Amino acid sequence: MTSRSLLQIDGLRLSIGEQPILHNISCSVDAGKVLGIIGESGSGKSMTAYSIMRLLPQGAVVSGSIGIDGDNLLDKSEAQMCEVRGDDIGMVFQEPMTALNPVLTIGDQVAETIRIHTSAGRREALSVAHRVLERVELPPGKYPLSRYPHELSGGQRQRVVIAMAIALKPRLLIADEPTTALDVTTQAQILSLLKKLVQEDDMGLILISHDLAVVADIADDIVIMREGVVVESGTVRSVFAQQTHAYTRQLFKASSYQPERSTITNVDDNLLVVDNVSRDYRLPRTSFFSKPGYFRAVDRVSFTIRRGENLGLVGESGCGKSTLTRVILGLDPCQQGSIVLDGEPVVAGQAMLRDTRKKMQVVFQDPYASFNPRHKVGRLIAEPLHLVDQSLNTKDRAELIVNTLLSVGLEASDAEKFIHQFSGGQRQRIAIARALITRPALIILDEAVSALDVSIRAQILDLLSDLSSAHTLSYLFISHDLSVVRSVTDRVLVMKDGKIVEQGETEAVFTRPSHPYTKRLIAAIPELPVTD
Amino acid sequence: MLRFALRRLLSLALTLVAASLIIFVAIEIVPGDPASYMLGLNAQPETVAALREELGLNVSKPQRYFNWVGGMLRGDFGTSYTYRTEVTPMIADRLLISLPLALYALLLSTLIAFPAGVIAATRRGSGADLAVMGSTQIGIALPNFWFAMLLVSLFAIKLRWFASGGFPGWDTGLFAGLKALTLPAIALALPQASILARVMRSSLLDTLGEDFIRTARAKGLTARQALWRHALRNALIPVLTIIGLQFSFLLAGAVIIENIFYLPGLGRLIFQSLTQRDLIVVESVVMLLVFAVVLVTFLVDVAYAIVDPRLRRK
Repeated sequence: MTSRSLLQIDGLRLSIGEQPILHNISCSVDAGKVLGIIGESGSGKSMTAYSIMRLLPQGAVVSGSIGIDGDNLLDKSEAQMCEVRGDDIGMVFQEPMTALNPVLTIGDQVAETIRIHTSAGRREALSVAHRVLERVELPPGKYPLSRYPHELSGGQRQRVVIAMAIALKPRLLIADEPTTALDVTTQAQILSLLKKLVQEDDMGLILISHDLAVVADIADDIVIMREGVVVESGTVRSVFAQQTHAYTRQLFKASSYQPERSTITNVDDNLLVVDNVSRDYRLPRTSFFSKPGYFRAVDRVSFTIRRGENLGLVGESGCGKSTLTRVILGLDPCQQGSIVLDGEPVVAGQAMLRDTRKKMQVVFQDPYASFNPRHKVGRLIAEPLHLVDQSLNTKDRAELIVNTLLSVGLEASDAEKFIHQFSGGQRQRIAIARALITRPALIILDEAVSALDVSIRAQILDLLSDLSSAHTLSYLFISHDLSVVRSVTDRVLVMKDGKIVEQGETEAVFTRPSHPYTKRLIAAIPELPVTD
Repeated sequence: MLRFALRRLLSLALTLVAASLIIFVAIEIVPGDPASYMLGLNAQPETVAALREELGLNVSKPQRYFNWVGGMLRGDFGTSYTYRTEVTPMIADRLLISLPLALYALLLSTLIAFPAGVIAATRRGSGADLAVMGSTQIGIALPNFWFAMLLVSLFAIKLRWFASGGFPGWDTGLFAGLKALTLPAIALALPQASILARVMRSSLLDTLGEDFIRTARAKGLTARQALWRHALRNALIPVLTIIGLQFSFLLAGAVIIENIFYLPGLGRLIFQSLTQRDLIVVESVVMLLVFAVVLVTFLVDVAYAIVDPRLRRK
């Protein structure tokens, strides 16, 4: 450490109330360099960022020092910090959909940063905002300053947030999971934009992420955090090569985890046949007398899933993945085509046979939001049992609940607990138990592992793989995370604008994509450098 | 924005047509003959026949509907049976009291509720918050007629600052008129202000927890700037809804307060007409109130769209 760093954090400790959050954090960022902070949820990586910004929740106590050019930020008053925020340090957040004020135009919101810190008038500030938006590749010619946030996509909104953060050319930019909520191609664009801004402005960047591959792509230095402690730090190259700490190794292993899977034997046994299915949504009438228009969310889609097969479905947000899921589950009617599950037709509404209904179940992304918080776990996972014809007596029912809980790696006593008493990974196990209890042949996993930390994700993938071989289960694995899809599926479908643009054996599609869209998607996947 | 307003106006007109049909059917057709209803059980057949003639009941029902609506469009609400005068000037007189009273009460309620709600939300859990929450709880629980009597006994009887009731008329001057309306307006405003302050508080608390407030702070705005520039406008939608509902209620729902203060307002008129079975007046006042409610709803819709650009599209 020869030259003095732009940002130097020494012995940072943070507690909120009685709860210690950060223990003795030290790290530094140089001008023009990128520091990646990696950690799973609860590791304290975001709290480190908020400590630098001094935007901590009430009751937070910080100690240590956060030096920026020799000034300790922890000594500054709130009024002085207001001058630092937005001027010396900018920040970009995870959720571009909610990070902007919905009732103000993007021009005004970018201009606000300038007006707060300089004496510029509205007109002058807007002309600066115009130039800044051009820099973040959101040209006002195409996206006028008078647009409101709801008129932009997630990636475009994130560019606006970045524009607000860099409008005054801060010396340090903090980006807290800036691409986690974005599609893979948008993620690649935003990361390269950040990299470009760092170089052009000689700015320091702290990039916080749970995704090793994202950080590996652009960071110079890396800090790995766990439970409020820095477990390993250094240059990306040295950390990736040495992996001194056991947790680092565990994180690497989990990031590119590939569960052991048996291959299917009977290739002609089709479980689900989706034939030429379309789904139209009615658009609101544009005027009182005009005919309502239609939007085709799923456009003549055909595919099959064999018994015991894992089929992946990938595509960016808005491509029709979720609509297709709803149609397959019989929750939405289709306007064209047919769906056959195990020889029986799938139709929306009451017309579908209960026996067909029980053969497919679904697991959603957010296990917490998809459970009734006032019911005990036993009741939650027994809910689909009304689909099973023979009426179970109380004893058999209790036994079935216990066996199902055990089969997903939970305890029998968990049936008496409430959903808030479980961690994210355990909740997802409960969601799988609920899906499993009717002994289905097909489980649709709709972004089922996307919200999980990598080490938990690896465990859930293992569980899914075990269950698949034990019960000859088929999965329709829907995800925006292409590397996970690659590691767990036999075949894959690529969806764009409601159409399946490519399908085939997973390895073949990933190594030799034929459609230009698939090529773009695959090129955008951030990759971990090979370390062995 | 203009397209939005025009479309809302069209649906406003349709609502009025539907409402007039429902009122007409409910009052004139369903219970049998209005004339014999108005005259009571012991009426002579000749008197009933004379009233039927006078009310124009001897033409067909659709004809009667169009006569009624046509009259209203020309500003002619017919002649009151009990008062034996034109309904239109009678309503206009009453409206000259009820409308200013409603606006006065609404203004007071908003002036009390906004600061109270903002203070409670920004100092959540503090003494000020507890005071606001406690006093609004009492304000909602107190019956306003009782509160009105308290006001009278304190300000009119003991301190003699205000008259205990009655209305001198606007020709005695704006100040005298407003003074006469002050105590009733306070009595009406108290429960409204309490509800509004609570809505303001909870709406603002929700907004202050939003991500974009954190973004604003990260740009360098102080907590106060973030509140004024970003939180308040976003917190306004539920508040506007309540204000719209409250105005409609205040316009006609002040009957008890009007009685306590001897104010000849719309609420008393409709109450008296109902007890005297004067269906002509009832019909007209109800239609007028429907019009007021629909108009206020329209204004609230337009206010929504001004506040929140996302609501301008549909």
